[in-house]
Amino acid sequence: MPEQLAFTIEVFLNGLMAGVLYALVALGFVLIYKASGIFNFAQGVMALFAAMTLYGIMNGQVPFAHLINAIFGTEIHYFGWNVPALAAILLTIAVMILLAWMVQRFIFRYLVGQEPIILFMATIGLAYFLEGVGDLMWGSDIKTLDVGLPQGINETIDEVTFGWFGYGFFIDNLDIVASVVAIILVAALVMFAQYTKQGRAMRAVADDHQAALSVGVSLNFIWILVWSLAGFVALVAGIMWGAKSGVQFSLSLIALKALPVLMLGGFTSIPGAIVGGLIIGVGEKLFEFLIGAPYLGGATENWFAYMLALLFLVFRPQGLFGEKIIERV
Amino acid sequence: MFYREAGDFSTTYPEDSQTFPIKFDRWRYYVVLFVAVFVIPFLINDYWVNSIFMPFLIYAIAAIGLNILVGYCGQVSLGTGGFMAVGAYACYKLMTGFPEVSMFIHVLLAGAITAAVGVLFGLPSLRIKGFYLAVATLAAQFFLVWLFNRVSWFYNYSASGQINAPERDTFGILITGPNTEAWATYLFCLIFTIFSAVVARNLTRGSVGRQWMAIRDMDIAAEIIGVNPLKAKLTAFAVSSFFVGISGALFFAIYLGAVEVGEAFGITKSFLVLFMIIIGGLGSIFGSFAGAAFLVLLPVLLKIIGVDWLGWPTDIVAHLNLVIVGGLIVVFLIAEPHGLAQLWRVAKEKLRLWPFPH
Repeated sequence: MPEQLAFTIEVFLNGLMAGVLYALVALGFVLIYKASGIFNFAQGVMALFAAMTLYGIMNGQVPFAHLINAIFGTEIHYFGWNVPALAAILLTIAVMILLAWMVQRFIFRYLVGQEPIILFMATIGLAYFLEGVGDLMWGSDIKTLDVGLPQGINETIDEVTFGWFGYGFFIDNLDIVASVVAIILVAALVMFAQYTKQGRAMRAVADDHQAALSVGVSLNFIWILVWSLAGFVALVAGIMWGAKSGVQFSLSLIALKALPVLMLGGFTSIPGAIVGGLIIGVGEKLFEFLIGAPYLGGATENWFAYMLALLFLVFRPQGLFGEKIIERV
Repeated sequence: MFYREAGDFSTTYPEDSQTFPIKFDRWRYYVVLFVAVFVIPFLINDYWVNSIFMPFLIYAIAAIGLNILVGYCGQVSLGTGGFMAVGAYACYKLMTGFPEVSMFIHVLLAGAITAAVGVLFGLPSLRIKGFYLAVATLAAQFFLVWLFNRVSWFYNYSASGQINAPERDTFGILITGPNTEAWATYLFCLIFTIFSAVVARNLTRGSVGRQWMAIRDMDIAAEIIGVNPLKAKLTAFAVSSFFVGISGALFFAIYLGAVEVGEAFGITKSFLVLFMIIIGGLGSIFGSFAGAAFLVLLPVLLKIIGVDWLGWPTDIVAHLNLVIVGGLIVVFLIAEPHGLAQLWRVAKEKLRLWPFPH
């Protein structure tokens, strides 16, 4: 059944692409978790917030326009200029760094040494807060983010595979770009962590807070750095997902999808996030195609990743690449 | 002055170990019960019941349930919405399958079914803990919602995929469907709320509750001193899911009447209940009530102030609500990790010495 096989391969490839995007979100989690032990639930909302900010800056929206109009009865919405994409991205990065500083300054500075689960709940609170602020700042309508990334079916792959299988694969250009960007990003992050001074300090903090402090590493600075990096990763993820499916609330739900990715890969491992993302992406697409849609009524993508992670964890609680969990009383 | 233990002599063990050892507390509790049962039903109308009292009572049950799991046993769950959906759908199937049976039994049975499902999804807790478990319970959330959305047996093959509560009565009084009286639905929910609170309070005081707390504080140490983690964790999941299931059944049958599962029992519901117990106070029955009251009243108050007084658009007020709730969560975690219940406790401590502190 070559046609069925061709379909399966196509689904597999699309799954890989989706997996790359999951991995991109998961990466933000790993960065923060490694350096500060905080499991940042707000990562997805950060991606949403970054995408909204980018869109708002590009289109010259007035921040908090709705709120200002409601309070003062004015009718302002736009500054009346458009910012080019590159400049807007730089400005958004600045906003995300500011956000990182504020998160550290006003929230986590006071929560140092608390139990992980308290920190986790604080990030859930942060997620709600940020979502509300994002909506107040830029409005909650669905926006289409266009920073000039290519979209639509890739003609070359379509033609080549048509020649091979007699059936053209549908692979979105955007997914290819996203994959390339993700690979570059991961490589850059690994280089940063391995070869720069700040990167080494970051790894030292991840290893042992006390020891890092005693050799003169500023915890505060590293945490701000890490949150900024996570903000940057969130921005990249936000651009990709925003271009793919519009900037809207559901964007923040992809963060939830990144959780099983992390559990598969292990919370402390950057390669783990990538491999986990690919497994989940391919797994859920194949499951939907082979079993979900024909036998279970479809839409199994909603839960497949979580169930997979759940079953997996029962057998290997630390994930594929995670460090062995040792418990002491 | 009034609030003190001086002059309150216990002569028997039951008297010594009662829930409210201070006389003032005891009387306050009786007065609250009396007002709730005999005064409020005569004063309320549909608006009060539907926008304040019923959500408060139902969320209080859910919060008590989740508090047993998170606050007492230390197993964080993000699957509350899914378990509420189990309660709702179990109740629906029972109501339509056995129309002649009393609603009390249906709701309790719905709780029992949810308890069984809860134990099933609680099994991984024996291997994994902390936020790994939290994410694992997300599997329950998404899988259950999907299940009730896709398998048409659960909604009796209705075309819309919704479930609608048929009219049912208890002792000849209508309590579900569109033609109910405000006081009847209120009292029906109140009975379950009181039942849940009393049961939960006494369970957490007894040996089961102590086992839960031992597991929460340090599970390996608890195991070494002879607490069976299998039994402790699974009973916590069972009892917690039982209450959550009851609240789900009431939420659907009495409060909403018609339910679309993704909308009513989505992930946001799980977070809402979790926020209630964080703000109210982890590991406190009173905290569950306080948190539920707070998060039910906050949107209502904001709506009255923002929309009715200031004339702002509703979406801005909804977003402000998010900002305030999120901000409050963070503030509470920083300033008072034990929530409103701790503030209440501190106030009571102060009151014992008032007006002559040392």
